[in-house]
Order: sequence, then C-alpha cells, then structure tokens
Amino acid sequence: MDHFARLGLPAALDLDAATLDRAYFALQRQWHPDRFVSKPPAERARASGEAASVNEAYRTLKDPLSRAFYMAERAGVELPGDGKTIDDPDLLMEAMEAREALQDAGTPEAVDKLAAEARQDVQKALAGLASLFLANDRAAIRKALLRLRYLDKFAEEARARRMNIERSTA
Amino acid sequence: MTLLEIHEPGETPLPHAGEGSLAVGIDLGTTNSVVAIARDGTPAALHDETGRALVPSVVAYPEAGGVLVGDDARAVIASEPRNVVASIKRLMGRGAADLHAVAGVLPYEVEPGTGETDMVKLRIGGRARSPVEISAEILKALRARAEAALEKPVERAVITVPAYFDDAARTATRDAARVAGLEVLRLVNEPTAAALAYGLDKGSEGLYAVYDLGGGTFDFSLLRLEKGVFQVLATGGDTALGGDDFDRAIAERMLGERTRDGLADEVDETAVKAALALARHMKEQLSDRDLTSGRLEIAGVPSFHTLTRDEFEAMVGAYVARTLDISRNVLADAGMKATDIEGVVLVGGSTRVPLVRKKVAEMIGKPPLTDIDPDEVVALGAALQAEALTGGGDTLLLDVTPLSLGLETMGGIVEKIVPRNTPIPAQLAQDFTTYQDGQSAMAIHVVQGEREMVADCRSLARFELSGIPPMTAGAARIRVSFAVDADGLLTVSAEERTTGVAQRVEVKPSYGLSHEDMADMLYDGMDNAEVDMNLRLLTEARVEARRGILALEAALAKDGKLLSEEERAAIDEARARLETAMEGESRDEINAAAEALEALSKPFAERRMDRGIREALSGMSMGELENRVGE
Repeated sequence: MDHFARLGLPAALDLDAATLDRAYFALQRQWHPDRFVSKPPAERARASGEAASVNEAYRTLKDPLSRAFYMAERAGVELPGDGKTIDDPDLLMEAMEAREALQDAGTPEAVDKLAAEARQDVQKALAGLASLFLANDRAAIRKALLRLRYLDKFAEEARARRMNIERSTA
Repeated sequence: MTLLEIHEPGETPLPHAGEGSLAVGIDLGTTNSVVAIARDGTPAALHDETGRALVPSVVAYPEAGGVLVGDDARAVIASEPRNVVASIKRLMGRGAADLHAVAGVLPYEVEPGTGETDMVKLRIGGRARSPVEISAEILKALRARAEAALEKPVERAVITVPAYFDDAARTATRDAARVAGLEVLRLVNEPTAAALAYGLDKGSEGLYAVYDLGGGTFDFSLLRLEKGVFQVLATGGDTALGGDDFDRAIAERMLGERTRDGLADEVDETAVKAALALARHMKEQLSDRDLTSGRLEIAGVPSFHTLTRDEFEAMVGAYVARTLDISRNVLADAGMKATDIEGVVLVGGSTRVPLVRKKVAEMIGKPPLTDIDPDEVVALGAALQAEALTGGGDTLLLDVTPLSLGLETMGGIVEKIVPRNTPIPAQLAQDFTTYQDGQSAMAIHVVQGEREMVADCRSLARFELSGIPPMTAGAARIRVSFAVDADGLLTVSAEERTTGVAQRVEVKPSYGLSHEDMADMLYDGMDNAEVDMNLRLLTEARVEARRGILALEAALAKDGKLLSEEERAAIDEARARLETAMEGESRDEINAAAEALEALSKPFAERRMDRGIREALSGMSMGELENRVGE
C-alpha cells in the first residue's frame, strides 16, 4: 500500500508535521504489538506486520527529503543509487567549492554559518520542488533531488567538522 | 534445505503462566537489580525484610554448595573471591571476539565459546557457567523476593535492557528469564522505562532526555512525550562505560600507591576485589564531601589512602566527557539542540557523582530531574509497563533500533538495511543479485553496527540461501528481509523471487545459547527444582508465621489485660522461639514453633471472644435480646 494512503493522508510534498504525527500515533494505538500481548500468535503476528508498515510509512514521510524522494519514485523518476558519482557539472562545481569552504572554516561559528546556508538552500530547493511535481517535469525533479541529496550530505559533514573542532579545542 | 534454528525464547508459554499470576517490572542491572510492581498506575519497588530495594547483581557459588545472590553473595567475596561473580551483565551475549572489551575487568578464568557467535563462559564454582545462567540466578532471587512480598506466584515480567544492548545481549536476557521461569512480556529499554516513570507522574509534554550512567553501561536517549505517547526519537550509548570504570580508576591508583611505597603485593583476585570494594566506598563518600580516606589491607599488610574530590574528578573526567560526546551525537541524530530539551532525567547510581550532574546541567542549561531515586526509576517504569501490558493501559511506547543492521556485500562492505533509530517493529527488505553465471547459492552474513566495513561490525549470523536456479549473473532477484520485533530482536529471511519458487530461510541469530546449553540449563533447573520448592515452602512458612505474630501483637495491644502475668510470659517466650526459628532455615521448626504459640494463645483468643460477645450484648434490654434471639 502507498505510504500516504496507509496513513490516510493526501500525497503532498508539504505535509504538516503535526498532522502526520497524529495519524501515526492513532494507527500505532491500534496496531502496536503492546496492545496484542495476550492475543493469539496469529493476531500478534498480523499486528506486528501492520505496526511495521505504519512505521515504515511514517519514517519515509516524516523527513521532507525522504518524502520528496518517495514522491519522485512514485512519479517514475529514475534516480541513481546513493553514493554514485554526481553527473551534473554545475552541482559538481558547487560541491567542490562548498567542501573547500568547510575545510577552511576553523571555528564552530564559521562552520555553523556554512551549515545555515546549506539549510536555507535545502528549504529553497524543497519549496521549488512542489511546482516541478505539479508540472511532472521529471528531468528537473531529478536534478533538484540530486542537489538536495548533496546538500543533506554537506550538512552531515558540517556536523562532523564542528564536532572535531569542538573536541580539539575542549 | 537445512532450517536454521527457529525458536523464539518466551514465545512458547511456560506452564502455569496464566492470567492469574502477577506481572512485575525488573531492572536487571550491572551492579544492582530491582523488582517492582505497579497497581492502578502507581509503581513501588519491592523491598526485603530490612527495607532495601536494591539487590546487588552478585552471584556466589560457595564451596559449601548452593547459590547465593545479592548481599549474601557479596558477603563471601572476602573468603571465596573465586566463587563470586559481579557485573555479569557486561558479558551478556558476548563472544570470544568481544573479550578485549572486558579484559582485565573480571578476575576469572574465561572460556571463549566454541564458535564465532558463542557466548563466553566463566569457570566458577567448579564448572563453566554462561552469563545467561548466572543472570538467571539473579532473576530467580528477584522473583522469589517478589513472591514473598506479594504472597502470590509471579511468572511474568517486563525486563529492562540498556537501549544500546545489541541483539545478542537481548536474546541472552530473554534466555536468562526463561531459565528463571519468567515469561518476558516485553524487553523495554532502560531509558524508556525511566521516562515512563517520570512522564506518568507528571503528565509532562515535550522533548525529554534520559541520561543513564549505570555501573557498566551508558545510554543517552531523546524522547518526545505527548498525550500518553512516549516516542523515542534517537538513542545512543556505550555498553562498556560506567561507574565500574570510576571504581577501577581509584583502585588502580591505590594499588599504584602501594607499589610506590615499596609494598611488594601479589595482586590476585582477593587484592583486586578488596581494592575495588574500597574504591566504590570512597567514590560514594565523595558524592557529599570533598575528601575521603580508606584503609586497604592486602595479605595482612595495611595501607592508607586519601582522595580529594578534585583528584577524583580529574581521574574520571575523560569518561564523563565521553558520555557528553555520545549525548551530543544523539541530539544531532534527532536534529535537535541541547536547548530544545525540556528536562533531562538522571538514571543509574553513577549519576550521583557531582561532576556528572554538573556537566549534564551545563550541557542542557537546566538542572536535571532527580526526584525519583535513580536506582529505582527504571524498575518503576518497567512495572508500569508490565501493568499496562497485562491490564491494558492507555500509554503507548514507541521505541527504535539502537544500532544499524545490515548485510555483508562484496569486498567486506556493509550494506545497511535497517538504519539506527528506525521505529520498531520494523520490516525492511533489499534486493541483491548473483555475481556469477549459474550461481546456485548465496552466502548471507548479517551484521550490526555503524561502521562501513564488516570487520568493524558485530557478526550476528551467517546462513546460505541455496537452490537458486541457474541464471546469468545479475538475473536473480534475492530479496533479503529484516524484521525487528517490539523487543528489538531480529529475524532475517531470504528468498529468490524471479523463479516464482520461494526459497526461504529464516535465521534467528542464536548466539546467546546453543541448543545443548539451553537444554543443560533447563535440566539443571529441574535438578534444582527440589531445592527451589523447599525454598518456596520455607518462605511461605515464614510469611505465615509473621502474619500470626502480627495478629497476636494487635490482640495483645487491645486485650493484653485479659492475661495473667504467667500466661503473658509464656506467650512472649513462645513468640521469641518462633522468631528465632524464622531466622533459621528449617520449615519444620518454624511450623512447630508457630503451633506451640498458637496453642498457648488459644485460651487468650477464647477469652477475647467471650468478652467480645459480652460487649456486644451489654447495654441491651431483655426485650432487645429476646428480639435478637428470635430473629
């Protein structure tokens, strides 16, 4: 079953976090294995399966980035696997420059500034995605998602870099 | 096709595990264990006769025979150090490959398991014993305490485990419960249980953190509390970091001081255990004073040691810093900042160390929550969950996997299938394919851990999917499915999908115990059944006698004047004899003394009854009395 349908929600990129949580909690109240402890094994197994599917739907839709990837998959956009080389020259250039800037950032504040910029870029890219999905422009969706994936990785690297700086100055 | 072990410990209901028996919450800790029960949403730890809730997680197999647990076991450390085991939780589910993690911790002969995934054993009390077996003794003692306190059979329990416990350690914990005759309703993560104890008390909402520094393990978890839902967002920890490390640092310093002062010690188990015991005492003293001192005696040679709080804090600072590093990582995993936290719950005796409290408060910018006893809070939460699971509560616990689960792929690289912090229960699958033309089998190696290379992760299980029909390389579609249940236990299955013929192999990672081990232990359990039964009857006799004494006390307080001095003296003497018998181990003596006391107090009881009737009748008119009789 489609993850959106499983949670009883419309397939939308701008899903409201509180609405998603409410739907998720209600379904877990119904299916969580803790509610089936004294039930026969067959019922317990079914509940466990339902609860796992609800968890998978929630996990996929909760994070805006993973939700965007899921919607792209539903729309038939072909994406290269994670960790594959970047085939977009503009993105390649952006990534190299950003990485250099991160290497040069010597204080937590400098790293935070780069991370904040990356987060803003993520928000902008996510905001732009909605119209691409409406137009079903697969090539543009693909390009935007690859850039989002890179920005997400960059945020992760910034986090590691910040921790290294803090640890070495602590 | 060989089916690899398919059995779910605890899934087969134990005999007599009925609805009528009570369900308790158990915190099976590294240093101390606690059993608690909840009634109508109010949890309470169960105490022994002297009012103590903590049972030291120490097991002794004395020369004289039998098994001792808790304070009784601790009492023989000095005389028979080699027959006493402490901190066994550190070895739960550990294999030969993990021995480096505990090297030097335990002065026992350790026997590596026979296979890659077999648990180590300790040679103690004349034979090799597995950590499961030793933990089961602690669980049996807790169960006996609960039955004595509640005066009812206890056959079901919620048992807590560190959130960071891996699959092997969880399986081992379930196995230990089974050996102790307990059906595990659920394994609950310790921090989650602690939050449950706090959350229900206060109806708190928002983001909460649980900082749990016990004797041997550290966990940091982030939970969101909202209208009865406890949602774990992220968790992390270290299974080999805790207060025991603090003790060891102090002990090593003292042994070093002796060497420096020219004392030629032979550092054997006795010396190590004596130094550790003194170290623990000094550490505890430093929680509310700035300076402590102690006398250490090894082989009759005494030495005197002092330790200031500053020195102690300098010695353990690196351990505390490591806990904060882990905490920050967990926060980052959840995409949260320390300042988002509404409150941090402290769990575990080691959070009494002032440096720990100070550093945690600094990190989140607020004083931590400490109103519930940090030694009992986990058991109290487990008891609440046990009640919710048996009585049907409205609380909902949504927990996550602590560690990533994956498969070995070409070149020893890990392909993660279930990332850490995935909500459980979880079912996730990934497709793999063959890399050679005509390949008919595929080796599947399941690993747990965050590292990229298989060699750096923990190996959970290996199996082979065979009978793949001949195809060109890359044509087969092997779907490997991982299922993690609500206890955090993993099942892996694999099938070939293109041929329509489902090839399916299920694997339960079975480190923990081999079948033979489990059989041996259950057999041992039967051997000891008579001992257990006698113990139970003895406990019952004591409970019954105590009840009689309490009734007699109440009667004496009210109607003591109905007795002559001689009668009173005879009753007091019989009562003293019964109390002496109750301290002994003979059920027959207890019963005989109880009967003697009852015989002596019989005339007293009759007189009280007579008087009761007279009192009831006094003040009634003849007419009323006749009406009564006529009714």
